[in-house]
Parts: sequence; C-alpha cells; structure tokens
Amino acid sequence: MKKILWIGIGCGLLMQPALADELFFEATGKISTEATLYAHDGQFSNQDYRSNLSLSVEPELYWEWNDRQDNLTFAPFFRKDQRDSERTHADIRELSWVHYNDNWELRSGVRRVFWGVTEFQNIVDVINQKDTVEGLDKAYKLGQPMVNLSLVNDWGIVDLYILPGFRERTSAGLNGRFRSGLVVNSDATTYEAGDNDKHVDLAARWSHSFDVYDMGIHWYEGTDRTPQYSAISLNSDSVLSAHYQQMEQVGLDVQATIDSWLWKGEVIRQINPVENFWASQLGVEYTFYGIQESATDVGVLVEYGKDQRGKLANSAMQNDIGMGARFALNDTQSTTLMAGAIYDLDFHTTSFSVTGDRRIGDNLTMSIEARAFSTGNSNDPAAIFAKDDHLKLTLEKYF
Amino acid sequence: MTNKILTTLIIAGSILALNTSTAFAGTAEDKGLAIAQEAKIRDEGWVDMTAAMNMVLRNKQGQESVREIRTKTLEIANDGDKSLTIFDRPIDVKGTAFLSFSHTSGADDQWLYLPALKRVKRIASRNKSGPFMGSEFSFEDLSSFEIEKYNYKFVKEEACSIGTCFVVEQYPTDENSGYTKRVVWIDKAEYRILRTDFYDRKNSLLKTLTTEQYQQYNDKFWRPSSMKMVNHQTKKSTDLSYNQYQFGNGLSASDFNKNSLKRAR
Repeated sequence: MKKILWIGIGCGLLMQPALADELFFEATGKISTEATLYAHDGQFSNQDYRSNLSLSVEPELYWEWNDRQDNLTFAPFFRKDQRDSERTHADIRELSWVHYNDNWELRSGVRRVFWGVTEFQNIVDVINQKDTVEGLDKAYKLGQPMVNLSLVNDWGIVDLYILPGFRERTSAGLNGRFRSGLVVNSDATTYEAGDNDKHVDLAARWSHSFDVYDMGIHWYEGTDRTPQYSAISLNSDSVLSAHYQQMEQVGLDVQATIDSWLWKGEVIRQINPVENFWASQLGVEYTFYGIQESATDVGVLVEYGKDQRGKLANSAMQNDIGMGARFALNDTQSTTLMAGAIYDLDFHTTSFSVTGDRRIGDNLTMSIEARAFSTGNSNDPAAIFAKDDHLKLTLEKYF
Repeated sequence: MTNKILTTLIIAGSILALNTSTAFAGTAEDKGLAIAQEAKIRDEGWVDMTAAMNMVLRNKQGQESVREIRTKTLEIANDGDKSLTIFDRPIDVKGTAFLSFSHTSGADDQWLYLPALKRVKRIASRNKSGPFMGSEFSFEDLSSFEIEKYNYKFVKEEACSIGTCFVVEQYPTDENSGYTKRVVWIDKAEYRILRTDFYDRKNSLLKTLTTEQYQQYNDKFWRPSSMKMVNHQTKKSTDLSYNQYQFGNGLSASDFNKNSLKRAR
C-alpha cells in the first residue's frame, strides 16, 4: 500500500519538469524559540529543573504546476530540546501531491487532517496521531501517510481515505516533564493487529453546509490512535508499554451558527475489543462584538465532555466541564488572549490555562502559555502534572 | 376627496421633480433609491472578478504596517456574491483564507481556513462593524453593495473632482451595522462613488473614504485603484490599492466551497 503512495508522489514529481515553464515554487516557514519556566521541580526523578529551552524549525516548500491543478508540498519539522531527548525529534508534517479537477481532488502522501467543531477536545478527529511532546494543546499532530479522494457534490463533500502505516504517539522521555513516574518505552509497544504498524486503516466522511448548519458524519476502521498504557518490566527496568488496539468508530459533528451563538456538538460510538462506548463533547459559544465602543470582541464558551467508560476512559474529558473566555483585540498586532478552566466532575480537580498571541513588527509573533493544575485527588490521571505548573514564552520568526 | 388631493399632490410633485435637472421623480427617498438602483444596474453582468489588494495601515505616529490580500469573486444573480479572500501578508497569517456567501437578506455564510491547524471554521457573520485585519476598513466597508442594505435619501447635487456628483445619505437597514448613516458622493456621468463619510452610532463623523483612479474594464465596469480611509477620531488611516483586476476568469460555484478554501493559498 505504501508503495502505491510513493508511486503517486513520484508521478506527481515526474510530471513537473515537463511543464517547468509554468512551474511555481515558494519556500516559506518559521523558526520558533521557546522558554519554559516551571513553578516547582518535577515530582518524579530526573525532573529537578525549573526552566527549559527549546528550538524548532518548520520550513515549507511548495510547488504548483499544470495551471494550478497539481501541487506538491514538503513540510518537515525539527525540534531540539535542552533536556528531553524524546522531545528532540523530527517529523514530516506534510509531503503530499494534490491533483484537483472541478469536482474531485486526489491527495496522496503524508498529510494532516482536521475533523471537528468543539474547542476543548475533538473526539471525532481520528485520522492523525498526536505529537504529545509538543505540548498539551490538541493542535500538535504527526503527519499520516494517506490516499484521500475528495468528491464534491451538491449534497456535500465525500472524503474517502486509505491510511497505510501507523505512527506511534510521542511521549516525554526520562528528563522530560508532563509524564508519569514511568517512561514510555517504544521498544515495548504492542499491537492488536497481526501486521503491527503496517495495518492499513480506512475512513470515510461526508460533510455539508446548509442554512446555519455545518455537519459531518464519519466512519473509521483500523488502529486506534489512542494507546492503552501498562507498566511492564523491560530489561529489569520498569517502563510503560503502549498497546494499540483495533477499533471501528462512527461519529457526528455539528455546528449551528445563529447570530452571535455557535452551538457545537461531537458524538462518537466506538467498537473495540475491550469496551464499546459512546462519547460526546457538547458546547456553546457566544461572542460580544466591539465591547464598550472598542474593537475588542469577547467570546465566552462552555463545553461538557462525557465518556461512557467513566473514570477508566483514556480521554481528556471523560466527565468534565470546560469554560473559557477569548479576547480578540482586532488591533494591528492581531492580539488575542484566551483564558480557560477544565473541571473534572469525577475527580473534582481543575486545570487552568491562559494563552495569548501578538504580532511584533512584520514577521515575528510572540505567544504565552500559562497552565496550572489543581489536582488534590491523586486518583485523577492528571495528578501526574501536579508539579508541572508553568509559563511558556514562544517567539516565532516567519520567513 | 382625500384621494383627489393626494393624486394632485403626487402629480404636482412629479412635475416639480421633472423640472429639476434629473429625470428622477418623487421624494428625496425615492430619488436616493433610484440612484442606488441605477448604480447597481450599471455594474451588473461582470460574472466573475479577481484582484490583488495592498493595504498600508498607519497609526497616529505614522508607523506603517502592510497587508496583502487576493480576492476571487463570483456574481450571483438575485443574491449576494460568493467570494474567496486569500491572505499573503503579514507572513504569519499567510495561507489563511476566508470564504463568504453574502445574501441580500439575512446573515451571510462565512468560513475561515486556518492552515496551521488545517481547520475550516464556520464563523458568525454578525461582526460587520469590526476592523478588517486591524485596518480602518470594517468588514461591512468591504462587502458587496446590495440595494437592500440601506434606506436612501437624496440630499443635493454639487460639483466634485470629476464633474457633478449626487450626494446621497444611506441608512443601514442591518441593526448590526457600525454606522447610523453614510453620506456618499456619486458622479452623475458614470455612477462612481468618489467619497463616503461614515457616521458612528452616536451620529458623529467617524471616517472619510476617498476613492480614486477609476479605470474602466470590459468597456463597462469602473473599478478604483486607490481607496484612502481616514479615521477622524483616532487619526489612523489605511491606504488600500487594488491592482490586477481581471474579469471573465471562468470561475464557477465549484471554486467557492470548503475544498477550494483549503487549497486556496
């Protein structure tokens, strides 16, 4: 299957020189410098530090030809971390060839796909593996090899996916933060599928916009991106082993955009060998525009996440309420600020976050992220973050 | 009896109107509406258009900040236009794209594509009065002109930079508009807008837009190359220059969906 993918990309590349006269090329990207300050030394061994520096580079090379009907994108990613050797990593975020015609589009290669409508988590977003070492934000994802045929119809867009190959979730190393007392060892990873990480997964999605509604329905069959961890002994060391099971899932995501209200919902039903379950993420967002005669917009949002598996669920919000307020200053520097809190109704613990962005000059942006975890209950899986309260400053230079 | 008086008055009114230099009949409201209708009719039939925009934002101290945008627009008969806006600069928002289906009545449908997240977000279109990319142009200043968006009142005719202009007051019908009224100078010969004064919700003069360097395309459609917006209250200004206008690109509805939004760049 992977071969077909590379042949596809190869064909795309070969078609290019023949039409070199109309070839368009563009190189862009960003370099990001990050400094993190922790409020405490970590609670586990090898976490006795309160600051960390890190650097990442993300170039993007883009070619376009055949009257814009073909394009190729190559976007590698590199990170060097001062302390965590697992966070020092590289990934291909994108290496894909896209061919499009009026009513269909074929996208082949390594890509990232987003499905969903809610803000605190996206339970319907199942195509890509998470790049967890990058941060707790759901936005960080690894590139996934795929062939994706997208068909545009009057009654909606149908996307068909063949997903050859699987990416393991990244996780913090021995000297990293945001981990449990044990470190995940990828040598100990197991799979339900006989062909391990070579299993070919399949997915389909229908999405459509009509009136005030935007809706998507998906089906997915293959390797679950979310692992089950268990403590094992490997070469007389205690480590965490990740197990990736096979699952089948159907799901629905809907947003209704009515005046200043956004009503959002995601629901999934998953069939797997351990425990079949329903899960949902429901929420609402209201925006006050131009408050007090200024250009500032303030949005307030509330979301509730429920997983039928209860306390045993491996999702972030199994019975949690998330609340947030976002501020968009709509100024020349595009300043935004978001403050949020997630309260766990099962474990009675809370996590807080404040994130902000601002442009400096023409090609620099600065962002802050502050997170605090109030995890009095040691049964909460989030209790491992109890000493990881931090302030992260990031400076990004675009080129 | 009353009907008779009314009829007489209407006829008298019509004769009075005919005696003025224009061919429009009726009240100041009718005349204002007729001018808007004529301007709209003269600009119909362009089918599709692409253009590039460059904006220079200036604050009170004269510090500059640049925005570069490309737009594709499809004319839709009996409804608002469909448009795709692609952001090139500032470089941190490069690849961000905005899809809008405007409607003559009711809320517009709008989606934003965020390339870093690969996410298409449906956004609320109520925010008409907010600034566009931190500039002195608001979203409603840049949206397509539709007759139904205003009530009209003809004020007078007066000399302007290219001949004689109609001066018309336009009162937004949408309660979410940031303005109580706009005063528009439209040239009598070609129905081109030369100047617009914007009055804020307290009815004080907020901004003046000067539209210049008109060129005619396809022997019919007049388009400006330069628009200068000055905010009298904050002393900030934005210069918007349009270039590379192209008509008849063969665009169709399939160039304006979520897939085309994602690959816009």
